[in-house]
Amino acid sequence: MDIATLSSQLLIGLSRGMIFFIVAAGLTLIFGVLRITNFAHGSLYMLGAFAAYSVSTSLGHGHYGFWLALLVAPITVMILSLIIERGLLRFIYNRDHLTQMLLTYSLVLIAGDAVKIIWGSEYKSINIPEGLRGSISIWGASLPLYNAFLLLIGPLVALGLWLFLSKTHLGKICRATATDREMVDILGINSTRVFALVFALGGWLAGLGGTLIAPTTTVSMGMDANILIYAFLIVVIGGLGNIWGTLISSIIIGMGEAIGVLLIPSVSIILPYMIAGILLIFRPSGLLKSVW
Amino acid sequence: MLVNIDPSSRTTNRKIHNSLGLGLAPIGILILLIVPTLIPPYYSYLLATIFTTALLATSLNLVLGYGGLLHLHHGVFYGIGAYTVAIIMTKTSWPFALAVILGPILSAALAFVIGWFCVRLRGLYFGMLTLALGQLVWAIVYRWNALTNGDNGIHAIPVPDFLTSTSSVYYTTLLVLLLSLLILYKITKSPFGLTLLAARDNPVRSESLGINVKQHRLIAFVIAGFFAGVAGVLFVLLERSVAPSLLFWNKSAEILIMCLMGGLTVFLGPTLGAAILVLLSMIVGLYTEYWLLVLGLLLLILVLFLPQGILGYIYEKIKGRRQRGGSLDASN
Repeated sequence: MDIATLSSQLLIGLSRGMIFFIVAAGLTLIFGVLRITNFAHGSLYMLGAFAAYSVSTSLGHGHYGFWLALLVAPITVMILSLIIERGLLRFIYNRDHLTQMLLTYSLVLIAGDAVKIIWGSEYKSINIPEGLRGSISIWGASLPLYNAFLLLIGPLVALGLWLFLSKTHLGKICRATATDREMVDILGINSTRVFALVFALGGWLAGLGGTLIAPTTTVSMGMDANILIYAFLIVVIGGLGNIWGTLISSIIIGMGEAIGVLLIPSVSIILPYMIAGILLIFRPSGLLKSVW
Repeated sequence: MLVNIDPSSRTTNRKIHNSLGLGLAPIGILILLIVPTLIPPYYSYLLATIFTTALLATSLNLVLGYGGLLHLHHGVFYGIGAYTVAIIMTKTSWPFALAVILGPILSAALAFVIGWFCVRLRGLYFGMLTLALGQLVWAIVYRWNALTNGDNGIHAIPVPDFLTSTSSVYYTTLLVLLLSLLILYKITKSPFGLTLLAARDNPVRSESLGINVKQHRLIAFVIAGFFAGVAGVLFVLLERSVAPSLLFWNKSAEILIMCLMGGLTVFLGPTLGAAILVLLSMIVGLYTEYWLLVLGLLLLILVLFLPQGILGYIYEKIKGRRQRGGSLDASN
């Protein structure tokens, strides 16, 4: 194995880490502010991928299909999230973790079969958009252009979230709600509206992740289960509710997976779980400080 | 020392109602003994599936309901018990009895290892670590082709001749279930079980009373793992095949749903939940392929309107009526 192979594999791992980050960031945001473990997050991601498929094929696999999907699919998922939050979640904010988890798990079951009903159970795929085909060379390592695109999108999302949470008025309210909900209520801010906003934003991120992964893989049922466990592990490793911690742990898991594929392919699916297990044993409260 | 404040025990005033339904037990057992002679073999098989699942769910509830711990991946111990028997019976010439004994023991040993790490954490972190380590075990089973046959699972597992007929499997699973439930019931009533409850309801106070909370939780975890392993052995008797999906996390979620459906606070709640889910999946399966959709809707209704579970709800009603009657007497 030469350096070029290793570094191109690492770059691919890094770009997968970016998708993990986008999905997990939504989860951690929901976690930090609403304090709900959202099992349905993986389903929102899957719905994003399927919505992206529908949008891009409705344009006959044309050049603009993917770009339109990138715009429309996450917003569709966001609207759905908003409906879920207003229609269901807001009734269970005072319940214990188990009840909340099982409520969101019921959505996992429903979404799984709904996808089967709407889109059928055969595998689907989206073409990589025209401008992002082929590969480029970074320090001698070749990298598919689409993965390079993901490497750009990931930090952009991180930056956007950071700007939103620390520079805008609304973002500050979100953070305040995560820290002390009661005080926010006392100050005359309707904290359940903040919850709705954050859940919708989280859904948008899940949908975005699903849309972005769609051209690189087959869009299929069952893609919700795997990403969900990864996203959970990433969120917990990073420190609940901490965006930067999530970024770091996404990169760790993405790279870990990529190195695993290269070194010992037969155990590559074990590696992320192993990393997560070890990190959790030694740093049970996550790499960075959680928000609460 | 780390203090365990467990958010999942926010419903601290929930009590464990053990007595409910146990008075009817002898009649029920009698019926269950006679029933296989009256019904077609398929229904005996179905009942045996319920017995196996009921044991699995009840073992989880020792940790979940009594221990107040968010144990998200109990299916692993079920799977390991089943895989142990499967591997010994297909890959070695060891006797069947040894396989049956080793199954639960290996499950308990694995529970000790996983539990040893998990009990140091609290609340959601406990749950997440059980999930991570459980998925790790799943991934190993899934990938270790030479030993576990990977994705395909192991089929046509040989069992002794006296365990091949449906009725013998039925009576075996029934006997094992009853014995295991009795033992688990005794455990919940023992000083150990009561201490576990105390540690669930108020870990801080329990610690300061000199109770080793982590140790109690670990022991409960190992016991639960052991009985899940027993259920795994029964599963092999019943199905004669194993597959890695037994250890995947959504199987564990199904067990959690059973516990919630019957009621975490009643000893027989998980048994009822298991019976309902197994029967429903069979009945719904006759009409539609969308069983999971039905399950999802059912779970949604359950969580929103009946969070204390069916038996928990019934018990609350009975108790409420008794209390109202009692206060009337007092006022007279």
